[in-house]
Amino acid sequence: MPAAVLPRLKQQSVVPGFGPALGFTLFYLSIVVLIPLGALALRAAGLGWSDFWQLATDPRTLAALRLSFLASLGAASINVVFGLLLAWVLVRYDFPGRRLVDAVIDLPFALPTAVAGIALTSLYAPNGWVGQVLTPLGFKVAYTPLGVIVALTFVSLPFVVRTVQPVLQDLDRDVEEAAATLGATRRHTFLRVVLPALLPALLTGYALALARAVGEYGSVIFIAGNIPYVSEIAPLLIVIRLEEFNYAAATAVAALMLGVSFTMLLIINLIQAWSRRRFGHGA
Amino acid sequence: MALEASLDIHPSVAAAPWRSPTAESPAVKWTLIGVALAFLGFFLVLPLVAVFVEAFRSGVGVYFEALVEPDAVAAIRLTLLVAAIAVPCNLVFGLAAAWAIAKFEFKGKNLLITLIDLPFSVSPVISGLVYVLLFGSQGFLGPWLARHGIEIVFAVPGIVLATIFVTFPFVARELIPLMQEQGSGDEEAAISLGASGWKTFWLVTLPNVRWALLYGVLLCNARAMGEYGAVSVVSGHIRGLTNTMPLHVEILYNEYSFSAAFAVASLLALLALVTLSIKSFLEWRHADGLKAVRGH
Amino acid sequence: MQISVRGLRKEFDRYPALHDVSLDIRSGELIALLGPSGSGKTTLLRLIAGLEFPTSGSIFFGSEDASRKSVQDRNVGFVFQHYALFKHMTVADNIGFGLKVRDRRTRPSAQEIRRRASDLLDLVQLPGLDNRYPSQLSGGQRQRVALARALAIEPQVLLLDEPFGALDAKVRKELRRWLRELHDRTGHTTVFVTHDQEEALELSDRVVVMSQGRIEQVGTPDEIYDRPATPFVFSFIGDSNELPVTIQDGSILLHERPLEIAGNAAPKGILSKGAPDGAGRLFLRPHDLDVVDAGEGAIAGVVSGVRRTAGARMLEVEVAGRDRLEIELPADDQRSFVGHVGLRPRKWQVFPA
Repeated sequence: MPAAVLPRLKQQSVVPGFGPALGFTLFYLSIVVLIPLGALALRAAGLGWSDFWQLATDPRTLAALRLSFLASLGAASINVVFGLLLAWVLVRYDFPGRRLVDAVIDLPFALPTAVAGIALTSLYAPNGWVGQVLTPLGFKVAYTPLGVIVALTFVSLPFVVRTVQPVLQDLDRDVEEAAATLGATRRHTFLRVVLPALLPALLTGYALALARAVGEYGSVIFIAGNIPYVSEIAPLLIVIRLEEFNYAAATAVAALMLGVSFTMLLIINLIQAWSRRRFGHGA
Repeated sequence: MALEASLDIHPSVAAAPWRSPTAESPAVKWTLIGVALAFLGFFLVLPLVAVFVEAFRSGVGVYFEALVEPDAVAAIRLTLLVAAIAVPCNLVFGLAAAWAIAKFEFKGKNLLITLIDLPFSVSPVISGLVYVLLFGSQGFLGPWLARHGIEIVFAVPGIVLATIFVTFPFVARELIPLMQEQGSGDEEAAISLGASGWKTFWLVTLPNVRWALLYGVLLCNARAMGEYGAVSVVSGHIRGLTNTMPLHVEILYNEYSFSAAFAVASLLALLALVTLSIKSFLEWRHADGLKAVRGH
Repeated sequence: MQISVRGLRKEFDRYPALHDVSLDIRSGELIALLGPSGSGKTTLLRLIAGLEFPTSGSIFFGSEDASRKSVQDRNVGFVFQHYALFKHMTVADNIGFGLKVRDRRTRPSAQEIRRRASDLLDLVQLPGLDNRYPSQLSGGQRQRVALARALAIEPQVLLLDEPFGALDAKVRKELRRWLRELHDRTGHTTVFVTHDQEEALELSDRVVVMSQGRIEQVGTPDEIYDRPATPFVFSFIGDSNELPVTIQDGSILLHERPLEIAGNAAPKGILSKGAPDGAGRLFLRPHDLDVVDAGEGAIAGVVSGVRRTAGARMLEVEVAGRDRLEIELPADDQRSFVGHVGLRPRKWQVFPA
C-alpha cells in the first residue's frame, strides 16, 4: 500500500492506484511543463540583472510590450461589454437559433489562430469586404495597431461570455423580484442588483481574456503588418530574436511576459477567492 | 358582505400589456438580441464565411489542386501524426491526474491543479521557445543531442513536444472537476464487491466519465491540429518535412498563393465546425455526464 | 389595509393554477394560505403582490383596484422563501434598498436611511449587525433581515412565501412565536403561505385551506379543525380515519348497523346538511374514539397492532377485514388489547361520497 509508504502525505483510502497515478502525473508534468519552463527561468537567471534590464528596457521591446498590453486591454474591454450582452441574451431570451448562437461563441477556441489571422486580414485589407467600406472613411485597420485589436477581440471573445453565462444562469430570479417589490425600476434592478452580482465573473472573464490576448500570436501577425515600434507585438519579437539566434533577448522578453502571465493568474485566483468569501460562491 | 357592496366589481382587463417584473419590454429585448447578433455576425461569422469564399475564389479546380499537392498532403499527414501522438499522451495523463486528484486526499493538491492549468496561461510562442532553449543547438542539451545525432528542435519530435505542451491541460481539466464531484463512492462499492483496481477503473470509473473524456479529447484534438505559434517556433518550416497544416497555410499566404492558403485553411475551419458541432451535441444530450464541465 | 380578491383566475400555458378564487382579508389580520404543493397558494400570493398577472379577476387594496398596478407601485412587503437577500450588500444596505431606489423627491437622506435600517434591525432583534454581509448570517437571521427589508418601505400589506420553510425545526418554532408578536405590535395586514398545518393553525387569525387551485375553506383555526367543510380539509388537517358508510333518512349506517346505537351516550356527529341518501364518507379523529369490549360500541374490529409514539399509544384496528382505523390512547393506558374490540366514536363527521 502506498499509504503505508506515504503515511502523512495522503489519507487512508480503499481505492488503489494512488502511487502509480500520482507518480506518472508528476513525472509527465515535470518532463513536459516544469523542466522546459525551468530551462527558461534558468536561462533568464543566467543573463544577470544588468543584462536582463538592458534587454528588457530596449526601446523596441518596450514598444512591443506596450502594444501587446494596450491592444489586449482594448480587446478585453470590448469583450466585457459585448460578452455581458451576449451572455444576457443567451441566458434570458428565447429566440430562433439561440442554440446555434451559443455554439458559435466557441468558434475562436476551435478555429486555428492562423486561419483566423488570414481570414481577418482578407476582410480588413483595403480591398477586403470590410476594408473597402472603412478605408474611404479614413479608417485603416489592417497593418495598424487597430488590426491587432480586431484580431485580439476575435480570439478572446468567448472568455467573458463563458464566465458570466453560468453565474447569470444561477442568479435567482427572486432577487430581482425582491428588488421590484421594494420599488426598484428594471434599470435600477439591473444596475444595483444584477450587475454587482455579476461583477466577480466579469472581472474573471476580463482577466482571462486579457491573459489570452497578451500571449496571442497566430491571429495577430498576419493582420498587424509587424512594423517595428508601431504594430509589432511582444510574442512576435520573441520569434524575431530567436530567428536572429539572439537567445538572450528572446529569453528576456519571454521571461517578462511569463512574469506578467503568472501575475494575471494570481489576480484571477484572488478574484475567485474574494468572490467566494463575499458571495459564498466562485465566479 | 359589506365590502362587496362598496366595490365596483368588474373583471379586470389590463390597460397596458402587463410585463413580468423581471422582464424587459419587447423593444429593449429585441434591440439587445439584435445588437448581440450583429456583433457576433460581424466578428465571428464573417471571418468564417470569408475563409470559404476566399478558398473557392479561383474556382473548384484550384481548390482541390491545392489540397492534393505533395507539400499539402505531407502537411496534412504530419498534422494527423502529431495529433495521433499528442492526444493519446495527454489522454493517459489526464486520466492518471484526475484519478490521483479526485479519488485521494493529499497535500499540495491545489498546487498540482494550478500547475496542470499552467500551459493555458503561457503564450504559445513561449511554449515553443522553452523547447528551443532546452534542445536547440544553443540549448542546455543541444550539444549532447548533436553529438548523438538526435534531432528534436526543427524536427518532428519538437513539433510533437510543443503540441503536447499547449494541449496539456485539456483532458485533465474536464475530468478533474467531474470526478471530484462524483467522489469515490462507486469505486469503493466495486472494490467492496471484490473487483480489482483495474476492473473497477474499466467497468466503473471510465463509463462514469466517458462523455467528459470525449469532450476533453475533442478539444485537445482541435487545438493539437490547429496549433500555430508554438509549432512555428520549433518547426524550422521545412517544406514537406516539418510543416503542419497551419504552417503550410502561412507559407502559402506569404507567397501570395491566397486561394491555396485558404483552401488548406478551409480544411482546418471545417475541423473547427465539426468540433463545435460534436461539442454542442455533447452539451445538449449529455449535459449530466459533463456536469462539472466549466467554460474555458 | 383590507384586501379583496374577486374571481381570480390564473393559467400558465393554458394550465389553470387558480380557478376563480374570491377571498376577503381583513385589515390587520394575520392569515395563512395552507395547502399541499400545487394547490395554488403561492400563485395567489404572487398575484396579490403583482409578481404575476391574473388571467381574469381583480384584486382590491381597500377600495382601490390594484390589479392594474405594477409590483413597484403596489407597495407590498414581500418576503421570499429563500429570503432573496442581495449578497453583495451589507445588511444595512439590504434594508435601506427600498428607500434608496425611490426618486429624489421622496427619497430620505442617506443618514436617515441608515438610521431607519438600524431601527428596523432593533425591531427584528438583530441590533448591531448593520455591516455584516448575508453570507455571514444564520438562516434565522437572514429571515429576519428579509422581513426588516420588507418592512422598510412601510408596506400596505406584508406577504410571506413559506417564511419558515428553509429553517430547521427549532429555529422555526422560535421565529413563529416571534412573528406573531411582531405582527401584534405592528398591526400589518399579513398573508403567509405554508404547507405546514401546525404553523398555520398556531400562527394565524384565519386559515385559507386550498387544494388544486381552489379554496376549500376559510376559517379560524378552531373552525378549520373542528368543523372541516370538505373531506379534503378533514383529511388534510390533523390525523383522520375514513370509513365508507351509507346515509339513510338522515341516519348513518356502518356495515348495515346504525352508527348511533342505543346506550351510546349522546355522540356528537355532524352530517352535512341536506346530505342525500346513498353512499357517504365517515371521518373520525384518532383521539375521538374510545375502545370498549367486543360487542359494545358502534364499530366492531380486530386489533392488528399497538405502537408507542412520543406522547401517546396508537392502536391499529381492522374493521370488516378491509379498513384500518387508528385510535390514539393515553400513553399510560395499560390495558392490553388483543382480538375483537368495540369502538365508540365520540365525535365524527359524514360527507356524501
